[in-house]
Amino acid sequence: MSFATSIELLKFHWAAYSIYALLIVSVIAWFGYNLTRKEKVRSIVRIPFYGYIAFLVAGGVGHHIFTYNAIPWVAEDIMRHDIKADHEYTIAIDKHRWKLPEKPIRFKQGDKVRFNVTSTDLTYGFGLFRKDGTMVMQMQVLPKHKNDILWTFNECGKFDLTSTEYSGPAQYDSETGRDKMWVRDAVIVDCNPKLARN
Amino acid sequence: MQKKSLFQTLIHGTDFDHTQLSALQKVTLRAVVMSFLFFGLVAVEGMIMRMVQTGPSNPLPKMFNHPEHYFSIMTVHPIVGIFGSTYQLVFAAFMFLVPYLTKKPLYSVKLANAVWLLITVGTALAWLAGFIWQYAPLYTLYWPLPADMEQFKLIGGFVFVIGVALIMLGTIGFIYNIYATIFARTGVHKNKTTKELLISGFGIDGLMNLIHKLTGRPPYSKEPALSLPVVAIFRGTVDTFLDAIVILGAGILVLVYLIADAGGVTWDVHAVDSLLYKNFFWWGLDLVADGLVLIYVAGSWYLLATIITGQKLFMENVARAALLLELFVSWMVWSHHLLADQPQPEMMKLVSGEMVTAFELLTQGLALFITLVTLWKARPLKMSPELAYLLGGLIGFGLAVPAGIIQADMGMNRVLHNTQWISFAHFHIALIVGLYMTLYSALYVLWPLVTNNTTLFSKKLTWTHFWLYLIGGVGMGAFAGMAGLDGMLRRHLYVNGEFNTWMILAAIFGSMVMIAWFIFLFNIVMSVGLKGLIGIFLPAKDNAAGYGLDEEPEAAPEAVPAQK
Repeated sequence: MSFATSIELLKFHWAAYSIYALLIVSVIAWFGYNLTRKEKVRSIVRIPFYGYIAFLVAGGVGHHIFTYNAIPWVAEDIMRHDIKADHEYTIAIDKHRWKLPEKPIRFKQGDKVRFNVTSTDLTYGFGLFRKDGTMVMQMQVLPKHKNDILWTFNECGKFDLTSTEYSGPAQYDSETGRDKMWVRDAVIVDCNPKLARN
Repeated sequence: MQKKSLFQTLIHGTDFDHTQLSALQKVTLRAVVMSFLFFGLVAVEGMIMRMVQTGPSNPLPKMFNHPEHYFSIMTVHPIVGIFGSTYQLVFAAFMFLVPYLTKKPLYSVKLANAVWLLITVGTALAWLAGFIWQYAPLYTLYWPLPADMEQFKLIGGFVFVIGVALIMLGTIGFIYNIYATIFARTGVHKNKTTKELLISGFGIDGLMNLIHKLTGRPPYSKEPALSLPVVAIFRGTVDTFLDAIVILGAGILVLVYLIADAGGVTWDVHAVDSLLYKNFFWWGLDLVADGLVLIYVAGSWYLLATIITGQKLFMENVARAALLLELFVSWMVWSHHLLADQPQPEMMKLVSGEMVTAFELLTQGLALFITLVTLWKARPLKMSPELAYLLGGLIGFGLAVPAGIIQADMGMNRVLHNTQWISFAHFHIALIVGLYMTLYSALYVLWPLVTNNTTLFSKKLTWTHFWLYLIGGVGMGAFAGMAGLDGMLRRHLYVNGEFNTWMILAAIFGSMVMIAWFIFLFNIVMSVGLKGLIGIFLPAKDNAAGYGLDEEPEAAPEAVPAQK
C-alpha cells in the first residue's frame, strides 16, 4: 500500500480512525454494560497482559514503520539535502507579504520541487491547498532560519497558498477578516498524461 | 418533613450547612466554584469561535468577525480553560486528597487560599488583556510575536504577562503545599525518612518490587510509604513545577522586551533564536499535556477504581513503575510539536518527536488496562454516576491519545500540523471528555466528603448532564476534527463559511456541552443554595487542615530537609 498524494492518505486516515473510534467507544460501552450484569460474563477474548503490551508497542512503533514505507514524502524529507530537485524556488515573507519568484509558479506533474522559504520578522507557515480546501502540504517558516521543503507533485491542478501559522491579526483585513496572505493559484501543476492514475 | 419550594431550595439548598465545613473543605470548594465559573466562560468563548467559523450568516455582532477580536478570544480561551478552570479543579482536588490519603493535615490552608486567589486574579488579568487591549499572541507565544508592538499594545502585553505570572506563582504555591504535606513527618509518616518518601514518590519501590519478583527475592517494600494516587500526584507535580518555571522564564523574556520598548529602546528581537525558543517553550508547555495531565489522570483513575470497587488496584507495582517510566517519557517528547519545523534536526524529530512519543501509547494504555481490570474483577457493580463518568473519561483518552500519536509522525504531520484535527480530535477530546469526565467522577466521589454528605438536588439532572456532556464533547471533537482532515487550519480566521457544514455540526454538539455545564451548575447551586455558595467564601469556624483525623493534628512542621 502506498499513497501518492496527501488526499489519498487523508481519505484512508478518515476511514481508519472512524472505525477505530467506533470500536473503542463500543468496547467501553460493552464493558460498562457487563460490569453491571449479575450473571457471570464470559470473556469473548482473553487478552494476556504481555500480549496487550506487545500490541501497544507494535502499534506505536509499527505506525511509523508503516508510514515510512507507505508515504513517499517521509523518506524524501529526511534525505532532502541529498536529492536533486527539478525546480528550486526561493520565497520570502516580510510583514505578512509573500515575495514570490514568479506568479504563478508553474511546473509539470511528477516534478520534484524544492521551496526555500525565509521570513524576516515573524513565524509563519507555508501551505498549499487544493481548490476544495484540502491541504497538499505545509511547513513552518521560522524567522532568520532556512526553511526548505522538497515535494514531488504527483497530482496536477491549481493550488492556493497561505500562511498556515498564526502571525498576528495583521494577516487579515481588520474589517472584513479576509486573509491577506491567501494567494489564489500560486502554484500551477500541468498534468502529465503518463502519470495519470486510474 | 415539609417539602421545600424551588425558590427556598435555591436560597437554602437541600441540606448543606456551610457553617459546619472545615477550613480544608472550604478552601477546596472555593477553588471548585471558581473553576466551574471559568469553565462557563471558556464554553461561551468556544461557542463564539465556532459560530464565527460558520460563516457570514452567523447571528453574532460584526465585531466578533474582526481578527483582533477573534484572536484575542483564541488567546485567552486556553488560558482560562487550562489554568483558570482545569488547574483550579485539579489543584482543589489534590489539596484535599493529599491530606485525606496521607492522613496528615495540609501544610498550609492560608497558602491554599493564596493559590486559588492568585490563579483567579491572574486568569482574570490575562483575560482582560485580551478583552480590553486585544493582546493576541496566542498561548503558543511563538517568538517574536509576543514582543511585536507594531501589532499589539504595550499595556496589553504587560497585563497579560503579569496575569500569567500570577497564575504560575499560584501554581508554585500549590506545588510547595503538596510537597510540604507529603514530606511532613507526622501521623503515618512519623517514622519515615525523606529518602523513603522520595523512593516511593518516584515509583522506584514499585520497580524494585517487580525486579525482586522476577529474580525470586522477597518484596523490596511490602508497604510503600505513599499510596499510589499520592505517587501520581507527587510525580505529576514535578512536571507542573518544570512547566511553571519555563512559562515564567518565557514571561520574563517577553517582559524585558516590553520594558525596553516602553523605555523607548528598540531591541533586536532576533537576538533570541526563534527555534531555540520554540524548543525551550514547547519542552515546558508539553509537560502540561504529556506530563502532568496524563500522570494526574492515571493517578485519578487508580484512585477512583479502588474507591468505586473497594478493592486493591490490579498490578499496583506495574502501575508504580509505569509512573517512573512516564518521568522520562514526558521530558523527552516535546519535539513532536516541531515536526513541521524544517530547521529542527531530523534526529530530534525521529527520536523525541516519533519514537519516545509513541511510548505514551504504552504508559496511557497501561493505565487504561489496569483501571479496566480493577473494575472487571469487582463486577457486578452498580452503574453510579462516578463509575459512568470514569468510563467516559476512559473513552476520552481512548480516542484522544491515539489521535495525537497518529499525528506525531513525520508523514502524517505534513498534512495535519496546525489543522483542527489536532485541536479537536486530540486535545479538546482529551480535555473535555477525558480529563473533565475523570474530574466529574472524582467530584461525585469526593462530594460527600467535602460537603459533609449534602444531598444532591437531582440525580436525574446528574444523568442528563452526563449524557449531554459525553455526546456533546465527543461529537464536537469528532466533527471539528473532520474539518481538520478537510484542510481547516486551527489558528486561522475563516469568515466565508468555508467549512460551515462541519462547523455547524460542531457548534450543535458544542452547545450540548454548554447546556450540560448549565445543568450541572444548576444542580450544584440547588444543592448548596445561594446562601451556602456565599458561605463557602466566609471564614471557617473549624480551622482543621486535615480530614478524618482521629485526634487534633499537631501543627505541620516546615518541609523536612533531606537526610544527611
